[in-house]
Amino acid sequence: METGSREETGTPADEPVWRGVQPALLRVRRLLVLVWTGVLAVAAGLLLGLLAGPAWAALALLPPALAAWGWRLLERNWRSWRYAERADDLLISRGVLWREETVVPYGRMQLVEVTSGPVERRFGLATVQLHTAAAATDATIPGLDPAEAERLRDRLTELGEARSAGL
Amino acid sequence: MTSPGPGGDIPERPPVTERRLHPVTPFRRAWAPVAVLAGWAVHDPNGAQEQLARLTTTMLLLGLSVVVPVAGLYGFLSWWFTHFAVTDTELRIRTGLLFRRTAHIRLERVQAVDVSRPLLARVAGVAKLRIDVVGADDKDELAFLGEREARALRAELLARAAGFAPETAREVGEAPARELVRVPPRELARALALTGATWGSLAAAIVVPTVLWLTTHSLWTVLATAVPLLGGAGASSAGRFVSEFDWSVSESPDGLRIDHGLLDRAHETVPPGRVQTVRIVEPLLWRRLDWVRVELDVAGSENSVLIPVAPRSLAESVVARVLPGVTVPHELSRPPRRARWCVPMWWRGHLLAVTGAVFVTRGGLLCRRLSLVPHAKVQSVRLTQGPWERRNGLADVHVDTGAGKTVTARLRDAGEAARLLREQAERSRTGRRNARPDRWMTG
Repeated sequence: METGSREETGTPADEPVWRGVQPALLRVRRLLVLVWTGVLAVAAGLLLGLLAGPAWAALALLPPALAAWGWRLLERNWRSWRYAERADDLLISRGVLWREETVVPYGRMQLVEVTSGPVERRFGLATVQLHTAAAATDATIPGLDPAEAERLRDRLTELGEARSAGL
Repeated sequence: MTSPGPGGDIPERPPVTERRLHPVTPFRRAWAPVAVLAGWAVHDPNGAQEQLARLTTTMLLLGLSVVVPVAGLYGFLSWWFTHFAVTDTELRIRTGLLFRRTAHIRLERVQAVDVSRPLLARVAGVAKLRIDVVGADDKDELAFLGEREARALRAELLARAAGFAPETAREVGEAPARELVRVPPRELARALALTGATWGSLAAAIVVPTVLWLTTHSLWTVLATAVPLLGGAGASSAGRFVSEFDWSVSESPDGLRIDHGLLDRAHETVPPGRVQTVRIVEPLLWRRLDWVRVELDVAGSENSVLIPVAPRSLAESVVARVLPGVTVPHELSRPPRRARWCVPMWWRGHLLAVTGAVFVTRGGLLCRRLSLVPHAKVQSVRLTQGPWERRNGLADVHVDTGAGKTVTARLRDAGEAARLLREQAERSRTGRRNARPDRWMTG
């Protein structure tokens, strides 16, 4: 499995072993950006060209330019998504400009959810989401291999049961 | 009043006795059509006036002769089809005429029990009983019960939730309470007079309609803005005084008792170990008097005030009772000086302290809010860092609790924040081991 990990292997025992997300997630996101850019550019070009004159239609080049910039950002963002299962808690780290790192102790998990939309399924991806009693807990791991998602779900539920604690 | 139910699920147990609410309940429901009409009249005053002018006496009588029996019948039927029963482990409420609904509320999950007596209910000698559990609905309250019945039921529910044997739960009765704080009316009135929101809303209620009158000269516009503004001003001054009147907090083996209200009396019981966060709020104008307000969060309960106003030392002694083994720390650490580039001025207000039992943060420069979260109540820990904070080597640490509240330590040094994240996760895991069990009398 591809790991977007930047951490070296052979770290001390208490250092978490980070795992990245599937490269297919990057492909899906890029594809979505391409599709939307295309739609926007065509719509803007047609509307402005017909209503405001051909000079304005040049503005339709703006979405592709933004998309080209987003192309690189998406890769950086994809690289930043990673998670680690530690002995007692799950770590999720993500974001480049707005970094966020979440720690959820296994005992606090109320529900583990695996979802997979039509596009995600087409690309062989699944999303694991953890819910605790706190609504603010935002622990989602997108872009997992379905088999890995199921393994993670089973392991998390098992550990959650063993260490269960209420509110 | 009691009718034998369909029996327990387990054949060896004696059948569960189902009970009905107090017979005064149907009258509460009979108000619904009147309220709908009144709401429509307020919402569309011109239309209502037109319709009223067209009404003749016969029409009115005809309408009333249909509406009153229908409302009465609806009230009666919904009362007739509402039952509740207390079993060893849960409270069951069966209700609904067309759409049946059965709520099973597990007693060891009880977060708080509220008995409230609105003014009219006090006249009729009845009370509402509500059990706060996570995810409970507004429909899950028992309204209305006889006052003595409500008190007996509360005692029984708490005794069962505490883990007393089922046979004795009924006989345990009310746990003795010891009063910790009682807020004198004069102190409450002074505190409200020193609150900026009271004066702000009053000023708005006077200034805005005057300006509108001078500019538009339209009576309806002025009334439409003045009425809600005056209502808001009344609610934030007189309304708060009335609802926070005679506020007392007592301690009993069943947990905290909070009683308050002048017209509508409310009695809340929070069992031990249910408090998720405690906040000590210190408005600017109270600082000279050294007064504070204490708020608490319990999962599934909307009431959040613990003490509306009290001297700081008294408030801190109550907090020590609410969160056993916790002393409110006075030594809090500031963010590094470079935080002033992220949040000018206000950076000084963000303080943090971590003790053996609680995670403490303080925010706000004018109105200070000190939040305490017991380590055992932390559900997840998050670290966030925006681009500007990253440039300055700073980060925020958020601690999420089960009451849906998040406590944030802002603008910490990035290295310190990363360490805090790991350590807090560890503390939240181990903190749970020393916590009391859900059934607090069994521990």
